[in-house]
Amino acid sequence: MRRNEKYWFTLPALTVIGIIVVFPLTYNIYMGLHSWFVAGGASPRWVGLNNYVKIMKDPRFWNSMRVTFLFSIGALVLETLLGTSLALFLNREFRGKNLVKLLFLFPIASTPVAVSLIWGMMYNYDLGIINIAIQALGFEPQLWLASPKMVIPSLIFADAWQWTPLILLIVLANLESLPTDPFESAKVDGAHIFQVIRYITLPMIQPAIVAAAMIRSIDAIKTFDMIYVMTQGGPDIASENLNLYIFQTGFSYFRMGAASSLAIILFTIVLAVNVLLAITRKSGDLS
Amino acid sequence: MKKVQKAAFYGAVFLLCIIPLFVFLWMFMTGLKTQADNLAIPPKIFFTPTMQNFKSVFDQGHFFKYLGNSAIVALFSVGIALLLGLPASYGIAKYRMRKIGLVLLVARMVPFISYLIPWFIIFRALGLVDTYISLITTHLIITLPFVIWIMVNFFEGVPASLEEAALIDGCSPLQAFVKILIPVVRNGIFTASVLSFIFSWNQFLFSLILSGNRTMTVPVAVFQFISYEEINWGGLAAAATVITVPPLIMTVFVQKYMIKGLTSGAVKG
Repeated sequence: MRRNEKYWFTLPALTVIGIIVVFPLTYNIYMGLHSWFVAGGASPRWVGLNNYVKIMKDPRFWNSMRVTFLFSIGALVLETLLGTSLALFLNREFRGKNLVKLLFLFPIASTPVAVSLIWGMMYNYDLGIINIAIQALGFEPQLWLASPKMVIPSLIFADAWQWTPLILLIVLANLESLPTDPFESAKVDGAHIFQVIRYITLPMIQPAIVAAAMIRSIDAIKTFDMIYVMTQGGPDIASENLNLYIFQTGFSYFRMGAASSLAIILFTIVLAVNVLLAITRKSGDLS
Repeated sequence: MKKVQKAAFYGAVFLLCIIPLFVFLWMFMTGLKTQADNLAIPPKIFFTPTMQNFKSVFDQGHFFKYLGNSAIVALFSVGIALLLGLPASYGIAKYRMRKIGLVLLVARMVPFISYLIPWFIIFRALGLVDTYISLITTHLIITLPFVIWIMVNFFEGVPASLEEAALIDGCSPLQAFVKILIPVVRNGIFTASVLSFIFSWNQFLFSLILSGNRTMTVPVAVFQFISYEEINWGGLAAAATVITVPPLIMTVFVQKYMIKGLTSGAVKG
């Protein structure tokens, strides 16, 4: 009785997680081996690995891989560099620090659909504040979201507005928890501020930076809301990442088998990236 | 010299704070402007604010109903997540079942679309698309692992002696859990509830497919506005303001734990 007691607390939740999380994933693997046009009357037809073979030859899949890669790397690098630099800058005692931290929580908590809508307006060619501002500074207006060249950088920029604060606040929380002794002895030894950052601070906060990057990478690779609201993958398919392509395959073309196998590929990518990042993190804990 | 440095620092911090605020200010200002003011070039900084856009958001298009739908789905998915997640996180913390944390982390990595495809097929077969059941079930995918992540941390912070004393006094394990431990971790429960409420409120993809006219949540409703109100910026911005204000207000109350809450899952495990 005592031995089983621990399962009484966890079992209900684990059962539900099994039903709502593990089962769909298994079903995905199964469905990925079938061909099924869900809008027609036919039932799923076993095709083995054929879906995956077709995907490998599908130029739209490779386009979506390229978009996913460019968007995620761009967002991750920009947000990590910016977030870490700003955290180093804000890492001191000053009045109003808590208010500053609160303000940086707002983008994280805000509804993606709402902020994407506003970013879409700000990027508008004729009336958007961004074009008006850069024209006032003497530059040419840009087709931010409507040009295949500019659309990914524009999306990265909007994403960075919403998510750089997450990296900033994680790294800042870690900086605030560091012991002060190494910094004091470096000061006594006459180290320059940049030397301190390079040789003392950065190595100490490296685990936190990698942890923050892990969290961001999970979400950046899977980005859906922002791109769907701002461009729906356009112009044409210039900003269609893998997640949007899966969505279109499943819910516009109703090809559930193909969508399932694409979803398995997306999951594998997220998993692989996180295993890689976990290896670079070596050791350490944020909390 | 010191004073100059200090002033420069505060100036820089002030400029830095404008960046997160700007988008919200712009959203709110656009919502307060008439159509003519919104089309003016250069944009008007000083204008006569009008509540017309906010009024029309609530007058037409069942906006109250959508707000209610979002609240119902979020409240139920958070409530069920607490009911299941509190005992589970207590069990995980007490018996050091850390491997379950790994399962939850993997669950977080799975793309939402992977959950959506099977659930859509099932709900469609059962005729449950456009019902609260389908929305609450899928939102539970977000809220349940999240509640467990946060609460494991809080339960681990409770000294074991507290519970032992209750057991010696004749409480059953369940009584000790409900009467002694739950009150001790109430801050954690508040944080976990508010944060998962925000995530459910903001959720777009599940509701986009699984809701319909009867159960449409606000993010989907606003997204639908975009397609036929393309140039009515005032109305769109007013609607966007209305849906994003609740999460922002809630953030004020959980600011201390928010970052920890958002990271604990990915860092532990």
